[in-house]
Amino acid sequence: MPFDVSRIREDFPILRQRVHDRPLVYLDNAATTQRPASVIAAISNYYSADNSNVHRGVHDLSERATRSYEEARVKVQRFLHARDPREIVFVRGTTEAINLVAQSYCRRLIQSGDEILVSAMEHHSNIVPWQMISEERGAALRVIPINDQGEINLDDFDKLLSDRTRFVSVPHVSHVLGTVNPIKEIVEMAHRRNVAVLVDGAQSAPHLLEIDVSDLDCDFYAFSGHKLYGPTGIGVLYGKSHLFESMIPYQGGGDMISSVSFEKTIYNAPPYKFEAGTPNIAGVIGLGAAIDYLKLIGSEAATAYEQELLSYAMSSLSEVRGVRVVGTAAKKAAVISFVVENVHPHDVGTILDLEGIAVRTGHCCAEPLMRRFGLTAVTRASIAFYNTKNEIDSLISGLARVRETFN
Amino acid sequence: MPRLYSDILLDHFRKPRNQGSLSAPAISYEEFNPLCGDRIRIEVELSGDVISAARFQGDGCAISIAAASMLTEMIVGLRIGDDVSNDDLVSALRSDIPPARKKCALLPLEALRAGFERYRPRHSGRK
Ligand SMILES: Cc1ncc(COP(=O)(O)O)c(C=O)c1O
Repeated sequence: MPFDVSRIREDFPILRQRVHDRPLVYLDNAATTQRPASVIAAISNYYSADNSNVHRGVHDLSERATRSYEEARVKVQRFLHARDPREIVFVRGTTEAINLVAQSYCRRLIQSGDEILVSAMEHHSNIVPWQMISEERGAALRVIPINDQGEINLDDFDKLLSDRTRFVSVPHVSHVLGTVNPIKEIVEMAHRRNVAVLVDGAQSAPHLLEIDVSDLDCDFYAFSGHKLYGPTGIGVLYGKSHLFESMIPYQGGGDMISSVSFEKTIYNAPPYKFEAGTPNIAGVIGLGAAIDYLKLIGSEAATAYEQELLSYAMSSLSEVRGVRVVGTAAKKAAVISFVVENVHPHDVGTILDLEGIAVRTGHCCAEPLMRRFGLTAVTRASIAFYNTKNEIDSLISGLARVRETFN
Repeated sequence: MPRLYSDILLDHFRKPRNQGSLSAPAISYEEFNPLCGDRIRIEVELSGDVISAARFQGDGCAISIAAASMLTEMIVGLRIGDDVSNDDLVSALRSDIPPARKKCALLPLEALRAGFERYRPRHSGRK
């Protein structure tokens, strides 16, 4: 059955609007995706019917809230193909997940002279937490290079791996280049040296929609709800059970303890020991609803449709004079960054905005990557399964307007 | 209603005035916008406390380049510390600058103001 995008679009109320008197063309999905009505309804229903604190009350509302919260954990577990719901920790987002691993796993592990490996395509959130830990522990951050297409060469990675390597953190999908990285191979190579790997899944969750942490065999996997058609302020850290067991929490408070006295506190078991304080209950429930929605529309069909849009967009862009795409990996998700000759990305973005087209412009939280390509900024169009060929055509004619204005 | 990119803005962007550097500027300051990566350097030559020449160098969008170009024209003849207001500079662009882009237009002005603040007159004891 062909993917019926017009029916899908009806599920997203925000898409039915005009911006600057033009139909909204939302192509900033790598920054945040939109939410289907079912997610909005799940949040609203929770607040209207079940709102209560979790894991605390004996009363009915609290039991309902707790049940929905824990059901969502199981949905995430299945979504990621994790073995056990206790391997799923709810956090604020990818950023917090990475910081949690840096503080709770790496801080005790890293010694002076050790090395942490990241790649040249990182989002700042997968650089700064490692720099903070490296600085504190006297370790060094080493960078896996990428080629001009925006791909990691596994031989380069192999050369960087050494007895000093203590941790590897890489993105599954690049938020600027769209590159899908060979995670399974990276994990295998790191594991041969007993080095654990965190995968930044912020961009893979929305585009691949099929993630199997057991197959990837990664040690940690992080993603954000708001990039998976779910709410902001909620994210997930997956971690292997034996690692979570051995890690010490980095935030203390309610819910993360099993007993407290002024002399000694005994921590709760994972995942709770990493979920100090009242969590984002509505966010968790909304994320569960987003995963339900993806199951309903069929992630395979959605991904195939997105790839079709990607090829259409790439070939359309190749015909626009003066436009150069940055990131042409063989395995690429629907994220397209480009530069327009002699026009600053901000000016591109502003002119497109007047045409109702939302794109990202700037360094996209990846200054080192910009430098790698000799740029300070790009324009990024990122596609979701609710976008259409018509919208790609709008982008192309918007770019013609850009050239008209500046030529 | 003014257009987003007025002819005068585009003209200053395509043919920037006073782009370059001065051999012995009394003030030279570069302002950086960490959000977008734009950078504009403003250099000023003084004769007494009057601005006798101004130059800019920069890497930025059309709005910030045009604003820098215009600013270098507006300040010649002013006394050091005389303020060009945000409104004066933005309205000189005669464009309908969207709120999110105001900071681009004001980047050169921020460089100038920061340069003024750091300026310490050299004691000309020798002459
Ligand atoms: C690859 C990547 N990693 C991490 C993040 C940070 O995600 P969040 O801001 O949701 O914590 C992003 C968000 O843009 C991203 O694209």
